[in-house]
Amino acid sequence: MRRIAALLAGLALVLAGCGSDNDSASSSKPPLTVSAAASLKKAFTEYGSAFAPATVRASFAGSDELAAQIRQGVKPDVFASANTTLPDALYSEGLVEKPVTFAANELVLAVPAGSSISGLDDLAKPGTTIAMGSKSVPVGSYTRKVLAGLPADERQALLANVRSNEPDVAGVVGKVVQGAVDAGFVYRTDVEATGGKLKAISLPADLKPQVAYGVAVVKGAKHPEQAQQFVDGLLDGAGRDALDRAGFLPPPAT
Amino acid sequence: MSGGRPWFTVLLVAALTLALTFLVLPVVAIFVDVGPRELIASLDDPAATDALKLSLQTSVAAIALILLVGTPASWLLATRAFRGRELLITLVELPLVLPPAVAGIGLLAAVGPRGLLAPLGVSFTLSTAAVVVALTFVAAPFYLRQAQSAFAALDRSWLDASRTLGAGEARTLARVAIPSALPGLTAGLALAWGRALGEFGATLMFAGSFQGVTQTVPLAIYERFATDFTGALGLSAVLVCVSAALLLSVKLAFRAAG
Repeated sequence: MRRIAALLAGLALVLAGCGSDNDSASSSKPPLTVSAAASLKKAFTEYGSAFAPATVRASFAGSDELAAQIRQGVKPDVFASANTTLPDALYSEGLVEKPVTFAANELVLAVPAGSSISGLDDLAKPGTTIAMGSKSVPVGSYTRKVLAGLPADERQALLANVRSNEPDVAGVVGKVVQGAVDAGFVYRTDVEATGGKLKAISLPADLKPQVAYGVAVVKGAKHPEQAQQFVDGLLDGAGRDALDRAGFLPPPAT
Repeated sequence: MSGGRPWFTVLLVAALTLALTFLVLPVVAIFVDVGPRELIASLDDPAATDALKLSLQTSVAAIALILLVGTPASWLLATRAFRGRELLITLVELPLVLPPAVAGIGLLAAVGPRGLLAPLGVSFTLSTAAVVVALTFVAAPFYLRQAQSAFAALDRSWLDASRTLGAGEARTLARVAIPSALPGLTAGLALAWGRALGEFGATLMFAGSFQGVTQTVPLAIYERFATDFTGALGLSAVLVCVSAALLLSVKLAFRAAG
């Protein structure tokens, strides 16, 4: 019994050691809560772990779900969305400070690396299965914009092949990676993050929607100063570099 | 209670009050926020009725499977002593403590399109059958656990008497054991059904979300939450009513039968 207790105590010490190694001086750093679109996971995790002014705690989900949480009174410090309409809407409702556009992405068709699918035409064939975002999440609304540009019969045939409307882009990627569907509409950065498991097929230029990411400091944030620093770094600094490495494009010129 | 120590009774009552308030408050809040008009209106949406229909169909299918296989399986676990029995019981109960995300990943790895059994042609993907599989997986342990302890608690002499009178084991199980264990079996059934109706994570990961095919009520609620909080509340209220009505009727029906 005593031996077990000693073992547990040792284990606890080791674990505590690991913890303090990861975020040294975390005691003096304030926690910064970041609600971010699922597609930002890789870039924000990298940026957040090296963010000096605060210990970043990011939660990733569909931008629409995160916006709904803020409307219900949840107060993260920063809200980063896979579109500009949600931050703009929260701004006009007085829930966030003025948002800025900080990155762009590209909607693509993701298929397994060895797939024979080569474009939208193949998706309309009977027997092909597709996953996309639900209509409320940005990736799903971009996808529906693309489909709206197709001839009606092709659009109907394609929609008939949809097997799942996922709540966020991570769900779409997962369904394609698992082989549950043949193809999915995701962002180019999501395909790059799979390390070669998936390949991206570009959409026709005339159908491609503009995908711009907006970020804002949430009104009533506990640490507005650090939140502003986090946002600034996304425009120019370590955040921008992390976004570049993850494959995000610079924000579109306005 | 009558043996002095009123302070302890006060403590017990305080604990129960706290527990009740905590457990009932969110449910009450749903109904406070939703007027009866919104509740009816939320049922007007075909997405909501599809989800309700699908939730009922898939949970009934899952419960039928669980009863059919789970009853004899838990009878065996409850009445036979053999090596490794405790281990088997633990394995059967394991899904109780698994997070739904783990259940979803596990189901994908086992019976997903690239799963362990895929080479044998056994794979469920983004279909209503996949929802049933997910519900069965998460709900079965609730029934198995209850059924097993209900069977184990039966008076052995009754069962022996039944057999002495010439009834085989199958007949004893059907005519004596199941009727006498009915309250326990019913409780297990109600728990499993409730768990199946509420399943969210494993369903989303394993079966996806598509109106009328795999989008059960919890998935429909999550989808609505983003755009239409009132609608999500309305649908939640409906699910609370349906679940409560189901559980209550199961209990009443079996109490009348028993």
